[in-house]
Amino acid sequence: MSTETDQGPGITSGTGAKADQKANRRARRVLFGCAAITVLTTLSIFFVLIDNAASYFFGARITEVLVGGSFEQTITFTEFFTGTRWAPDHSTPAHGILPIAFGTIAITVGAAFVSIPIGTATALYLSEYSSKSVRSKLKPTLEVLAGIPTIVYGYFAISFINPVMLGPIAESLFGISIGRYSMLSGMIVVGIMTIPMVSSISEDAMQAVPDDLRNGAYALGATKFDVSLNVVIPAAVSGIFASYILAVSRAIGETMAVTLAAGFNANITANPFSEIMTMTAYMVSMARGTSAVGTVEYQSLFAVGLVLFLMTLVMNLMNDWFKRRFQEEYR
Amino acid sequence: MSTQQEDSLITTDVSITDTGRTDQPDTTVVEAQNLDVFYGSDQAIDNVSMEIPEHKVTAMIGPSGCGKSTFLRCINRMNDQIDVCRVEGDITFHGKNVYDNDVDPVALRRKIGMVFQKPNPFPKSIYDNVAYGLRVQGREKEVDLDAEVERALRGAALWDEVNDKLDSSGLDLSGGQQQRLCIARAIAPDPEVILMDEPTSALDPIAAAKIEDLIDDLADEYTVIIVTHNMQQAARISDKTAVFLTGGELVEFGETQRIFEDPEHKQVEDYITGKFG
Amino acid sequence: MSTDTDEGLFGDIDLGWEHTKNKLFLGLIFAASMFGVVMLALLLLDVAHTFYVGLTEFNISLVQFFTVDGSRRPELAGFRGAIIASVMLMLFTAILAFFIGLGTAVYLEEYAPDTRITRLLEANLANLAGVPSIVYGLLALAALVNGIGTGPILIAGSVALALLVMPIIIVSSQEALRAVPDSVRNGSYATGATKWQTIKEVVLPAAMPGILTGTILALARAIGETAPLLMVGALFTNRMPFGPLDRFSGMPTQIYGWAAEPSQHFIHLAGVGIVVLLSILLTMNGVAIYLRNKYETEV
Repeated sequence: MSTETDQGPGITSGTGAKADQKANRRARRVLFGCAAITVLTTLSIFFVLIDNAASYFFGARITEVLVGGSFEQTITFTEFFTGTRWAPDHSTPAHGILPIAFGTIAITVGAAFVSIPIGTATALYLSEYSSKSVRSKLKPTLEVLAGIPTIVYGYFAISFINPVMLGPIAESLFGISIGRYSMLSGMIVVGIMTIPMVSSISEDAMQAVPDDLRNGAYALGATKFDVSLNVVIPAAVSGIFASYILAVSRAIGETMAVTLAAGFNANITANPFSEIMTMTAYMVSMARGTSAVGTVEYQSLFAVGLVLFLMTLVMNLMNDWFKRRFQEEYR
Repeated sequence: MSTQQEDSLITTDVSITDTGRTDQPDTTVVEAQNLDVFYGSDQAIDNVSMEIPEHKVTAMIGPSGCGKSTFLRCINRMNDQIDVCRVEGDITFHGKNVYDNDVDPVALRRKIGMVFQKPNPFPKSIYDNVAYGLRVQGREKEVDLDAEVERALRGAALWDEVNDKLDSSGLDLSGGQQQRLCIARAIAPDPEVILMDEPTSALDPIAAAKIEDLIDDLADEYTVIIVTHNMQQAARISDKTAVFLTGGELVEFGETQRIFEDPEHKQVEDYITGKFG
Repeated sequence: MSTDTDEGLFGDIDLGWEHTKNKLFLGLIFAASMFGVVMLALLLLDVAHTFYVGLTEFNISLVQFFTVDGSRRPELAGFRGAIIASVMLMLFTAILAFFIGLGTAVYLEEYAPDTRITRLLEANLANLAGVPSIVYGLLALAALVNGIGTGPILIAGSVALALLVMPIIIVSSQEALRAVPDSVRNGSYATGATKWQTIKEVVLPAAMPGILTGTILALARAIGETAPLLMVGALFTNRMPFGPLDRFSGMPTQIYGWAAEPSQHFIHLAGVGIVVLLSILLTMNGVAIYLRNKYETEV
């Protein structure tokens, strides 16, 4: 940076150097402006969601109130957070977010039951067991899995997982005739799409465990099983947790796959073969509808969006925390 | 055990040194015969034969890259962890070639412990570090684990420093303490042989001196084989010394005192007096 | 057991159960590793099967598919409008995201002092990467479509996609810049170049293959994104857009529109659409991998 010091004869900055330094400072300002846009994006998201959610709860946006608009609370927070019926666009509307929050959480938990064990096992296999040649094939395959658009996963659920895999099971074992959508197919498909996330980040964490520790255990007569479970996994644990949180966060915000797999029926149910609705599916259903701007049902989109955003924000902050902890341990 | 003197470079010249063990007769526990080790196409050990006696300290010295660590890692087959490593010839433990197909490296390592160059405690508590070997060997139920952990920590001269904080992480100890913890970890399952790969090279002189004292005590119960790049250390602590020079050749092997006072080979004399390496 | 051979040398150690345990465990995690592979194979087979049935039983003509826009009647529907819209979306997304993303990366890697503001920028970036894609759609809907009243136009979709992939472009560009050795920078400084001259003349050219690779992969992600486009209203049209200010529906939204229909004919149109989408993605990834390999062999 400081090439323009004033010491010594003949090396104080001449006119040419001066112009160059000016260009340098200008470039720095422009580049900082680019970086500032990313912060502006976050602020805009917060502002837009809160502003419009305010209109949902109070009948007027914050910006409208500021220019003298009136407001009164139309939807209470109690109803929103504890009501068990969600139908803002119904002729007798109800504004309890629980059914669609249930949908999101059910899909997320179900998906975690698929992605966490399978992703962790895959990471362990790749990091500790696989030969170079298997690894060089398995890793790109998982990358392909990660690169497939979510809409394609949704299509896979609606054309294969639900009718071909789950339909016969529901029919023969439980006597339930499965519909076009089911909660279970949503769980499975979101689980599949988050496996590569768990496996790749967990594997990175396992690879970062120094070989010294492995050798220390092998020298004590430990088997590969002991080394994997008692040395590698404990040493990589915060990195592995970070991968879980990322997968969970992704599952919460997942839209197209769950919409096509699990459906649009907001209800709280324990039946895995029934149709449910997640928060994101509700947002899609609103986008498909024709609600006018400013109506309660249009504004509900933002209230749900705000809850969704806050849920993933918490996950992202947790992920960040675990990642930093892991980096402190091994770097 | 037969000692097959005719193939070895051992000189049976017995003299008394200050370790106080040298006058005891040698019983061979680990023996190498015409051992060659290759990493891919590079030869790391070239036709080495030697007999390592029980309950003594055997030091291996030589310039870096001379193959002394590779030799050490053959004894408990830690070289198995390296894909490109190939071993030819025999290396026996109580007369049994450790590279025979029916030898299980896991079982072998339960008899032959190891301490590494860099202290490598697990990210676990001090207690769990020491108990680790007994646990993975499935012996935690047979023994009084608390007593064994204490015995091992006392054996490693660490007990007095850590007995009030056994639950704190092994990583919180100083470098020298960590290395003694690793020694405690190695002796807790009570192996017969302890391999040490430059155990003091990452430590300050005071911590290194403590480890040296410890090695002397360990030889009463265990066979210690130590690789070191520090000639004074080898002279201080070992009963026998093997000198490797570049190319993975064992140039001379014998009583430590004789090696240092009256080496047979000119190269060894040059190395010891600092003219080479 | 093999260990109790030699006169009981290792006879006191019974590793029978240990080895069984190890084998069972390896079998278990190998099976788990194959789960993802099997699912990928099933997915591809499923898509290929629908594609085949669509062409044979539903008589979907590929010529018509590529030359006709969407339609309410399945036998008249094609994919042309959606393909054109996606190509335009990608173009504008690239223009919007590339320069700002690269600028941010250069600032963070080359200029940013180690201050609290810089750490805030980094943390904000990590968070933005984790924001669900549908939220970017909400932002564009509220700020552009209804906020300044643009309506559901293509450029609004591009803005949503650009914001979505910006963190990806920034992170991959940062990695590419970090891979340029400091000796290269020092060589330039030693000739009396300023920081900006060094970046412009030496660092960026050296990092460009890596930056382009990352950008292509980010755009591949963008072209498959559905939710943000749905939010900005990309579902209500199926004709070809005539420019960035026209209404539009991209490939993924068209596929969604078809897949959500009850008619089997539409479902199979969606299958054919997916084959086209995946082919384009495959091509983009191929180009990215080619660039990366070429770059790696050069260094």
